[in-house]
Amino acid sequence: MSRASFFKTFLLTELLQGMALTFRTLFRPKVTLNYPEEKAPQSVRFRGLHALRRYPNGEERCIACKLCEATCPALAITIESDVADDGTRRTTRYDIDLFKCIYCGFCEEACPVDAIVETRIHEYHMEHRGENIMTKDKLLAVGDRYEAMINADKSADARYR
Amino acid sequence: MDFAALWNSLPDYAHSGVFIVAVTLVLVVSVAMLTLWERKLIGWMQLRRGPNRVAIFGLLPGLGQPFADVIKLLIKEVLVPAQSSKFLFRIAPAITLVPAFATWAVMPLAPGFSIANVDAGLLYVLALTSVGVYGVILAGWASNSKYAFLGAMRSAAQIVAYEIAMGFALVGVIMASGSLNLGTIVEKQHGAFLAWNWFWLFPLFIVYFISAVAETNRAPFDVAEGESEIVAGFHVEYSGIAFALFFLAEYANMILVSALISVFFMGGWLSPLDGIVAADSALFQIPLLGTLLNNGLHWLVAKTFFFLCVIIWLRATFPRYRYDQIMRLGWKVLIPVTIIWIAVEGLMVYFKIGPWSA
Repeated sequence: MSRASFFKTFLLTELLQGMALTFRTLFRPKVTLNYPEEKAPQSVRFRGLHALRRYPNGEERCIACKLCEATCPALAITIESDVADDGTRRTTRYDIDLFKCIYCGFCEEACPVDAIVETRIHEYHMEHRGENIMTKDKLLAVGDRYEAMINADKSADARYR
Repeated sequence: MDFAALWNSLPDYAHSGVFIVAVTLVLVVSVAMLTLWERKLIGWMQLRRGPNRVAIFGLLPGLGQPFADVIKLLIKEVLVPAQSSKFLFRIAPAITLVPAFATWAVMPLAPGFSIANVDAGLLYVLALTSVGVYGVILAGWASNSKYAFLGAMRSAAQIVAYEIAMGFALVGVIMASGSLNLGTIVEKQHGAFLAWNWFWLFPLFIVYFISAVAETNRAPFDVAEGESEIVAGFHVEYSGIAFALFFLAEYANMILVSALISVFFMGGWLSPLDGIVAADSALFQIPLLGTLLNNGLHWLVAKTFFFLCVIIWLRATFPRYRYDQIMRLGWKVLIPVTIIWIAVEGLMVYFKIGPWSA
């Protein structure tokens, strides 16, 4: 050990520098968000809970083409379809298993009519078995309730697509 | 009923009993608040906020955290491992805890006051702080678990190394004050800030502080519980309130060593104005301010709090020492430093230099 480094070690200079650093940090503004009261900003492209959308006249967008079911890498989507009373092809069953879903957004990309979308909702939970299956009714309900938000997010992102 | 008359009519042991209960209660509450303060301070030093969710009466967010923790630990089950040495396993937390409180008996709390005015108080302190370590070693041994055992062995070796440096540092204090009585040690430091022992015994002050941190198994010397290598060291097998007792003991020991450092090197209850302003000066006659500036318990509390903050600050700053580095620091650095400074101090006393010139 050289003489210079001996004195440096013995006089604890580097340790004191470290303590000076933590002391300065003590007074710096804190980065933690007080979560339920404060939230981090979200992108309009945030991929959270799914929703099925309707046209402004109330008609379901989904035409049961099953592209989302085919593209889903986690096999989370199950679709059954039939001919509806008005002669159009409609889904009779549209289930998304939220435990299987990896939130990749491929279903949204695949959809030719922008029916299935992922919203920015991410603060949801399940309390009972089976609640992880988002049925068609639940998906449509989410879509109806948050249509304004979904529409705003999609149109904000539209010019980059 | 005249309170003062009633108080004076009580026998001595009743007086001691009241003080013992009072000191113990204050210590237990301080320990609870210290756990919170440590988490807050370390949080702030790491750009976090620290606990701020559990409030008491909706005030002061975070203040309820220690109580929530205590309740949580109280209602958890205490598991005793099947192959353990049951008696030692159960008694080990108490052995670590008791000395941390018992040592306060000889602590000079205020001018001329300590619960027990023992002549060889410093020996009592040295003996009891060493006993506290036996709890850690016994806990590790009695658990019959390899991680606990490794922690206990590390703790034992570390204590052997640092007790020596600590004892030598206190030899310097004894030489400076010429007494083993803690009250006398404080009174001998009478004078201003620079008359306190830390100035002339600076190397011993630093060595004592480092050894005290090592002795309480605090970061960066907490290899006895090094969670990165040996899970939780000596208290792996402890749960519920037995685990809480170890925690209580660790923080009580922190408060204890901080108070001891204040007494040995920072003038205990002496005010920094003591020796600069005459004792009968008009300044001390001002109703509240005068009492605050004069000698008293509050100065001991303030100094203790300062050292507690420094210990927490150390934990926030440094990573854990490697085990062989701890041994090297103890044997090859701290002990030689104390021996050299004791020799230097002996020469200063002999040739009447510095504070020994009178």
